[in-house]
Amino acid sequence: MYKMSKLLLMATLAVANLTVASANTSGPDDPKPVKPDANNAGLKLPAGFGALVVADGLGRARHIAVTSKGDIYVKLDRAKDGKGIIFLEDSNGDGKSDKQTGFGNFGGTGIYVKGDYLYASSNTDVYRYKLDAAQKITDTQNPENIVTGLINRRQHESKSLVLDDAGNLYVNVGAYSNSCQEKDRTAGSMGMQPCPILDSAGGIWQFKADKAGQHYGDGVRYATGLRNVVGLDWNKQQNQLFVMQHGRDQLHDLFPALFTEKQSADLPAECLYAVKQGSDCGWPYIYYDPYLKKKMLAPEYGGDGKKTGGDNAEDPLVAFPAHMAPNGLLFYTGTQFPEKYRNGAFIAFHGSWNRSPENQAGYYVVFVPFKNGKPSGDWEVFADGFAGTAAVKYPGDAQHRPCGLAQGPDGSLYVSDDVKGTIYRIVYKK
Amino acid sequence: MGRISILTCLLLVTVTAVMAQTKKPAVAAGRLAKGQALYKQHCMSCHQENGSGVPRMNPPLIKTEYVLGDKNRLIGVLLKGLNEEVEINGDYYSNPMPSQAALKDEEIADILTYVRSSFGNKASAVAPADVKKVRATIQ
Repeated sequence: MYKMSKLLLMATLAVANLTVASANTSGPDDPKPVKPDANNAGLKLPAGFGALVVADGLGRARHIAVTSKGDIYVKLDRAKDGKGIIFLEDSNGDGKSDKQTGFGNFGGTGIYVKGDYLYASSNTDVYRYKLDAAQKITDTQNPENIVTGLINRRQHESKSLVLDDAGNLYVNVGAYSNSCQEKDRTAGSMGMQPCPILDSAGGIWQFKADKAGQHYGDGVRYATGLRNVVGLDWNKQQNQLFVMQHGRDQLHDLFPALFTEKQSADLPAECLYAVKQGSDCGWPYIYYDPYLKKKMLAPEYGGDGKKTGGDNAEDPLVAFPAHMAPNGLLFYTGTQFPEKYRNGAFIAFHGSWNRSPENQAGYYVVFVPFKNGKPSGDWEVFADGFAGTAAVKYPGDAQHRPCGLAQGPDGSLYVSDDVKGTIYRIVYKK
Repeated sequence: MGRISILTCLLLVTVTAVMAQTKKPAVAAGRLAKGQALYKQHCMSCHQENGSGVPRMNPPLIKTEYVLGDKNRLIGVLLKGLNEEVEINGDYYSNPMPSQAALKDEEIADILTYVRSSFGNKASAVAPADVKKVRATIQ
């Protein structure tokens, strides 16, 4: 009976969708593809793809969410004139935002649309706003305070978030430390045993998506041993949470007798993990060496670059070059892009800072093909050129840095930049 | 003829300017070189080789009040570290500065002298005695 009604519902929805699609002849729902900018917004893309600047100069634009109507919510790092969320609308459907409004007097990173709600986070709290049928917010003044009092000691403060399809909210609580040393980032200081930070940070916490006023005690420490996760996504195909960890910094600075500058620039990997409840990804006790393809004991815990560790810790699904700072993760479920991109992962790398004296790395969006929930090939650079310079010697030289990712209703890929606040839209031209 | 006299004038002016500069309290080249080497070892990965820092994370050291202003406050930041909300030219930085108290007075003086006279900065040198004085006030 349940199955029958579900089928019936699906059929009804399909018909409704068709009706909507055929009823619209103009406006943002128009299936007619938007025109890329002549210079593809300054990006270098695979053949067949184009890009346009949707909006510019928004400030430090962290994560973004695109509604089913194609409007965009942008979370700003710091509220400007009392506005920490910018709402971008496009009234004529040319892909360029022509109306910007703002609300939400809090800075932060996380933002996500799920069902009839917009979820957004400050660096301590999660709020949600009710959306109307057009996925707009009628009451921007009174959001529900879903989670409150998460730890923020400035370092790794972003409370990135995502929701599953079963009414749960997942929030990153980054470790307020590099490697849980007794004295953070101080040469030679050893690691605390056990690391006390893991009680309240260094992991992903799960909360109820619809219950106001939750604190740590109401949530579940869903996955631990994650130093800092800014990019995360719920993989609908696998019905599983995937996270990108920011690996530890400064192996050479802190343990110069054990690691050369070169090793410090190349270690450890930035890792993609598929987690489930109870997963431990090993921070701070281990790091992942992408050359040896092994979990290595951290020097703060007796490691020397050769000793392995973390037998019970998760293995990464993909190990990326060190320090590239993965700030956005998105599983592509659209059909606009060619077959190879479907269900694969896009990752926005914000770009490194601790590879000096070498050039910095990252500052691009990569793609990882997936099959049956597992990576099915090597990762590749998908969109490059954000930095506006061939080589980035100093992070401050980058003109744009990719941060958030979102998918539009037509399958376009949106990328936010938190240097100048440019919102990019990447389309496939066919 | 006229061109040569202009050149001569320019040369004279330059020489005078250089002489005037060298009359200022001279920073021994040796101290600057030492300061630069120590900077590379202890400061560079966060603050970058050119002092530009990392947006949102590690503050720049280029022409900021923290670097150019009160010497004692700057010495205190190195000795005590800094992990609080700090606004510099409209931006905020999240990474903590670890204490460098393990360095000798002379090493801290050399680093700060280098920083205060590099990256476009022009501020007075820091003497080991300055560091000693501030260190004595810290528990």
